[in-house]
Amino acid sequence: MLKKAAWLVLNVFLFVHAFLSFEKATKYYYTRQILGSALAWARASARCLNFNSMLILLPVCRNLLSFLRGTCSLYRSTLRKQLDHNLSFHKLVGYMICLHTAIHIIAHLFNLERYSRSRQATDGSLASILSNLPHQENDSWLNPIQSSNTTVVYVTFTSIAGLTGVIITMALVLMVTSAMEFIRRSYFEVFWYTHHIFIIYFIGLGIHGLGGIVRGQTEESMAENHPHMCAEFFEKWDDPASHCKPPQFEGLPAESWKWILAPGILYIFERILRFYRSQQKVVITKVVMHPSKVLELQMHKHGFSMEVGQYIFVNCPSISYLEWHPFTLTSAPEEDFFSIHIRAVGDWTENLIRTFEQQYSSVPRIQVDGPFGTVSEDVFQYEVAVLVGAGIGVTPFASILKSIWYKFQHADHNLETQKAGHAALNFDKANDILTGLKQKTFFGRPMWDNEFSTIATAHPKSAVGVFLCGPQTLAKSLSKCCHQYSSLDPRKVQFYFNKENF
Amino acid sequence: MGQIEWAMWANEQALASGLILITGGIVATAGQFTQWYLGAYSIAAGVLICMLEYPRGKRSKGSTMERCGQKYLTKVVKLFGPLTRNYYIRAFLHLGLAVPAGFLLATILGTACLAIASGIYLLAAIRGEQWSPIEPKPKERPQIGGTIKQPPSNPPPRPPAEARKKPSEEEAAGVSPGGPKENPMPVTDEVV
Repeated sequence: MLKKAAWLVLNVFLFVHAFLSFEKATKYYYTRQILGSALAWARASARCLNFNSMLILLPVCRNLLSFLRGTCSLYRSTLRKQLDHNLSFHKLVGYMICLHTAIHIIAHLFNLERYSRSRQATDGSLASILSNLPHQENDSWLNPIQSSNTTVVYVTFTSIAGLTGVIITMALVLMVTSAMEFIRRSYFEVFWYTHHIFIIYFIGLGIHGLGGIVRGQTEESMAENHPHMCAEFFEKWDDPASHCKPPQFEGLPAESWKWILAPGILYIFERILRFYRSQQKVVITKVVMHPSKVLELQMHKHGFSMEVGQYIFVNCPSISYLEWHPFTLTSAPEEDFFSIHIRAVGDWTENLIRTFEQQYSSVPRIQVDGPFGTVSEDVFQYEVAVLVGAGIGVTPFASILKSIWYKFQHADHNLETQKAGHAALNFDKANDILTGLKQKTFFGRPMWDNEFSTIATAHPKSAVGVFLCGPQTLAKSLSKCCHQYSSLDPRKVQFYFNKENF
Repeated sequence: MGQIEWAMWANEQALASGLILITGGIVATAGQFTQWYLGAYSIAAGVLICMLEYPRGKRSKGSTMERCGQKYLTKVVKLFGPLTRNYYIRAFLHLGLAVPAGFLLATILGTACLAIASGIYLLAAIRGEQWSPIEPKPKERPQIGGTIKQPPSNPPPRPPAEARKKPSEEEAAGVSPGGPKENPMPVTDEVV
């Protein structure tokens, strides 16, 4: 929460600072005569775009973040929690980029229209004089539109800024539409491959400002023609006798690359790191085919160490060289292997399960990247923990429950948890995927109100942590119940709702 | 890529394009840009596209998440029958709608995005996909106690405590051991 507030404040500050700078500075006085406030709007949103484009790569550097988490054991839980909400921050920054892209484009549409009008104007106004400053000498023109016979469409597509702008905006739109939750969950490959056009976005962004199309008056020119003194005498600029010479302009140099270079390098480093880690050999020690088409893989990898509820990315080169798919670890850290349970939800998972079902052919090679963290560790800090998993969402809690069992066995004193209740909701499946019993672990949909009031009565003075891995509708009901059944008295029973973000 | 329903992505892309067209159209019209009438056209085209694309079609595999309040537009879109069911028609419709907006800078982004959506719809059509409406499910009457599948295993009148058997824990196994007991009087489910 603090991180997001700080980020928001920075955005506002950068926007306002850039806006005022371009709206008030003398350097842009003459530019504003043609463009008005649209200049400041475009530049302010550009500043925020640079800022957010810099930030967006960082939350997805999961290996580097894991390394950071490991070394910053001082601030353990707070830093960990913030670094672990990386995906939601990534999305938030993405939406901010979309917003500022919209502002930036709209502002520039006005800018181009105004430049076009003043180039065609013959009324002898200040704007038209400025527009007609020649392009030949010293590059000291103001209006990028050179001829009065051209269209803004033509100008856009023949300028570096315009062309790259259109290309990277289209890349952005494609990235967003393929990343919509519905598409991402149903057709992961579409999202995965399309999202890689962020490379086009970043390269295009770096090139975008190279044309120097935003023009301001040069320092030397301001000495010979200060706008506050000379602007009203613009008709006399060409007169050798007047003390106001025609103004000279220079382009604003490209600055985007300064913002995105370092994160870009960090990200390249991250990908190299992922590749290196994935090359480490993974040995599959056990393959279990559970009923209702759930595949369990138990594996071993040198140097692999995990914590409860973490997830890994898995690649199977014989199915697809390029795709990496995330899975929650279902084993406990105390076990001597790590495991995942895979349900058939799409192309890749179906192929994987089919490949493993063929018992006569050799076991396919698997590559693993991870583990990466979530906030599941908090479970152990609550006296009473309620874990709700729907469907395949039971997987992180499998890990937690097993770990609690092991901790009990070894009398782990760090374990606060006295009682853990697990509701596994299996609506359609005939068999329980975890216990393998023909009978479901729980009979029918729990009536949450009953459950919560029972727990509140049984543990009147405890802090109860409620953890969910499941659909949004369930999150709403549980969250509501947590509010309803928490006592007003802070010493009595309190329910804390935690939603796992996968 | 065998199972990907491209129409679902095309739908998101087309909806986004519609919104972009509307926005660009408003800017051009409000700012009274050169050829602003193309902006007015874009607003109209954008609204049409958004209305057509808002109701999400039913996935052939798995459950489909409806967009909020889409059932009203679903009825309208359903009325056009094959015109809206067929994705070839949609692909060419979008392409056609996109062209005029391509002459105005404010809406050219909408054109490009819509053209891409049209391309994805074409791919969907070639693969035999088609739009089917998500029908509202018949409303299930909420049954009080509907999750209680079996009558109580030891209803009163009960024999005295010594003779009474302890009722088994329902958590470990969902079925009460020994099967349903003989009830002294017939038990009926009452729906209130």
